Amino acid sequence: MNHSPYLREARSVRQIMLHVLLALLPGVLAWTWQFGIGILVQIGLASLTAVAAESLMLHLRGRPVAMYVTDLSAVVTAWLIALTLPSIAPWWIVVVATLAAIVVAKHLYGGLGQNPFNPAMVAFCLMIVAFPALMSQWPAAGLDVSQQLDLIFGGHRQLDAITAATPLDALRTGLREGGADARVAEILQGSAFGAVGGRGWEWVVAGFGLGGLYLIWQRIITWHLPVAFLATMAAISLLLWGMHPERFASPLLHLASGGTMLAAFFIVTDPVSGATTPRGKLVFAGGAAFIAYLIRSFGNYPDGIAFAVLLMNICVPLIDMHTQPPVFGHKRGTR
Amino acid sequence: MLSKLFKFHGGVKPDSRKTTSNQRPIERLPLAPQLVVPLHQSIGGTPRPLVAPGDRVLKGQRIGAAEGPVSAAVHAPTSGVVRAIEERTMPHPSGLPASSVIIDADGEDRWIELEPVAWQSMPGDELRDFLRDAGVVGLGGATFPSHIKLRPGDKPTHTLVLNGAECEPFITCDDLLMRERAAEVIRGALIMARMLRVERVLIGIEDNKPEAVAAMRAAAGEGVEVVAIPTLYPAGGEKQLLRVLTGVEVAAGRRPVEFGLQCFNVGTAYRIARAIDHGEPLISRIVTVAGNVESPGNFEVPIGTPIDALLAVGRPRADTDRILMGGPMMGFALPTTTAPVVKATNCILVGSPSLLPPPPPEMACIRCGTCARHCPADLQPFELYWYGRSHNFGKAQEYHLFDCIECGCCSYVCPSNIPLVDYFRYTKSEIWAREREKAAADSARERFEARNDRQEREKREKAEKLAAKAAATRQKLAEQEGEAGDDTAAKASSPAEEAKKALIAAALERAKQQKSQVKPRNTDNLSADKQAEIDEIDARRAQAGADTTAPRDTP
Ligand code: SF4
Ligand code: SF4
Repeated sequence: MNHSPYLREARSVRQIMLHVLLALLPGVLAWTWQFGIGILVQIGLASLTAVAAESLMLHLRGRPVAMYVTDLSAVVTAWLIALTLPSIAPWWIVVVATLAAIVVAKHLYGGLGQNPFNPAMVAFCLMIVAFPALMSQWPAAGLDVSQQLDLIFGGHRQLDAITAATPLDALRTGLREGGADARVAEILQGSAFGAVGGRGWEWVVAGFGLGGLYLIWQRIITWHLPVAFLATMAAISLLLWGMHPERFASPLLHLASGGTMLAAFFIVTDPVSGATTPRGKLVFAGGAAFIAYLIRSFGNYPDGIAFAVLLMNICVPLIDMHTQPPVFGHKRGTR
Repeated sequence: MLSKLFKFHGGVKPDSRKTTSNQRPIERLPLAPQLVVPLHQSIGGTPRPLVAPGDRVLKGQRIGAAEGPVSAAVHAPTSGVVRAIEERTMPHPSGLPASSVIIDADGEDRWIELEPVAWQSMPGDELRDFLRDAGVVGLGGATFPSHIKLRPGDKPTHTLVLNGAECEPFITCDDLLMRERAAEVIRGALIMARMLRVERVLIGIEDNKPEAVAAMRAAAGEGVEVVAIPTLYPAGGEKQLLRVLTGVEVAAGRRPVEFGLQCFNVGTAYRIARAIDHGEPLISRIVTVAGNVESPGNFEVPIGTPIDALLAVGRPRADTDRILMGGPMMGFALPTTTAPVVKATNCILVGSPSLLPPPPPEMACIRCGTCARHCPADLQPFELYWYGRSHNFGKAQEYHLFDCIECGCCSYVCPSNIPLVDYFRYTKSEIWAREREKAAADSARERFEARNDRQEREKREKAEKLAAKAAATRQKLAEQEGEAGDDTAAKASSPAEEAKKALIAAALERAKQQKSQVKPRNTDNLSADKQAEIDEIDARRAQAGADTTAPRDTP
């Protein structure tokens, strides 16, 4: 048997994951700067839990533990979970979420490469369904270290003064409470909002965007997914905002809020559970953005990205099947 | 002046590492004491040996004649004595032996009389037969007999492409050939252009060979365009090169000639010029020795020279762990270095663990799509991998497994170190094996049915003949009876008796014949007289029918 090629020049899975972690850093730093070190604690907790759970599961499944744990894919999942949960959620929230992602969504489906659902999004959905209240308490800007640690590890939560809703949540609540008289513009005067999106969140969003561009530059991801995601989100919010500016948030707010930027560059780009063909990627990310917008604007959850991604995950085999690129010599017009 | 260039999808850029072996001019290798010339050195039929052990042969003498529609002759690479014609191990991944002419060199290296060919006045068919008998085959690796590709097609061929891309790392034999013998390469191209009646000749050379490009440009005349193409593996793949130079994509299973294109390796063009201008058959080729050796270079090597002789000149270093034939992307590890250099041998690449490191352990596919981004055939290698692994062969073919050119780009870039091409080779061979099995079963069934039909038909014909004969006999009897009037009844019974005896004898004879021809059926192994009995009954039954109705269907 012939075993060519005898040369390889591949970036290992670990290198790819390291690049992803590196790309997450600007956003994480901005987050820490704006909202305190709570997020770092959450990332630490999630990472430890992920590595432990991954090792255990690999061991139970009889796989080479060291080889797969060091591929760092579990750590990336952990970071993403920490970045989607409220950074002042009690410690056990992030631990349970990470366990669900690694044990159920990843390993029970066959491990790296086999999972049809994005593990971080599975975890997020489980948590928001099970603990809706805890999942909507976000830190207000300017919490000090001890307050944050107390919230994460302490028992009692005095919330009002120190937590806030996410901008999108605040907007929704405002619209609902205000009834027919509510106006987006008025709500946006509230303390949760800054110049473009949520107060403080603008920096985080910029950080994630920067990291995302780095991933494209490094050819870890292609432009298709983020562009389709952001463009769809912008287009549909522009449409509705254009028709009813008093009822719907502007495209800018949508792009700069919630997990939009994180999702565009780091969540829908999960290769394992996403579409793989160029056209399929456009459909996948566009569909996810569309559903996310609907849930955001008309549903009951603070953000709809996680559900949207899971829904699109289900469609991946179908999308891939119908978007196969033409093969060399079989293209139209080249006969 | 420059043609517009096109791109093919994907590709990779391995470090070309050509500068180790292209620093020295082409050298002649000392003649080996014994040469092993395999008879089968081209695609197609195995040539029939023209010599016997003990025969003296001269250098350039034909020792194997082309056999079948696709085949090319082989020649003695030096003068000497045929020691044997026997099976020897081939430079092939399988390591299987093949029939070879073993020649003990006499050291004189005496040529047979050579004559240039008056090719311009020669009819095309004769010229092509000449090239076939000169053993000219594609030297880019495919070894397809060149004369076949030089037959003008039904559709006019408009462009002749010479492949001087040489995209595999380490290999520099075409580079050196173009630098040193550009005029003859161009000459070969012009001869082929005339044979194919093409309008233009394009010569594609990767731009990492500026000396070769310059030399070829200097030698190229009117109507020949030397094009420096971007260095991107596998630009030297025939279909990729055609795409880059002409924009045409020739799908798998189709031939360039259908698109008015024809493509030859520069080495082949050189050999055609040698054959036609000097009458020189293809008895040597240039081989690169590179990699983990003290003395890399290019050598003009008589076909049949043991690879060991090349290694003796190249001198592998101590940490050598394998010897490849071909380049690192598409070559293969030689099962043994005693195998001979053949027409397909372009490079002997000496490997070491640091030069060609063993791949890290294979991990799970993460569907990152990197492989698809680099596949020059626009395939989705990871899908082929999934379907191949799960033995879903139908799906694998639906995703164009057989369009895969096994270039290795996908394996080269896979972050999970999956030996994708190995899987594809395996899946392809599995599918072929199944198709062969099915074809064998089908043809067995067809053979069986055809035999059944034949036997039925034979039986029917026989019965009809017998019936006709019996009817004739009866007629005669009746006439005789009429003639004889009331001549005795005893006399009348006698010819009837005889006719019956004759019938039985004939049936016996036929039964014997049939038995010697026909293979098993339920009625096999009947004794001859039993068969005669059956035949007689058949005949009688047929006669009864023939009396009243016409034969049902005439065969
Ligand atoms: S490059 Fe390897 S890991 Fe990535 S999709 Fe292809 S086969 Fe899978
Ligand atoms: S080996 Fe086949 S599948 Fe892999 S890159 Fe080459 S053509 Fe594509």
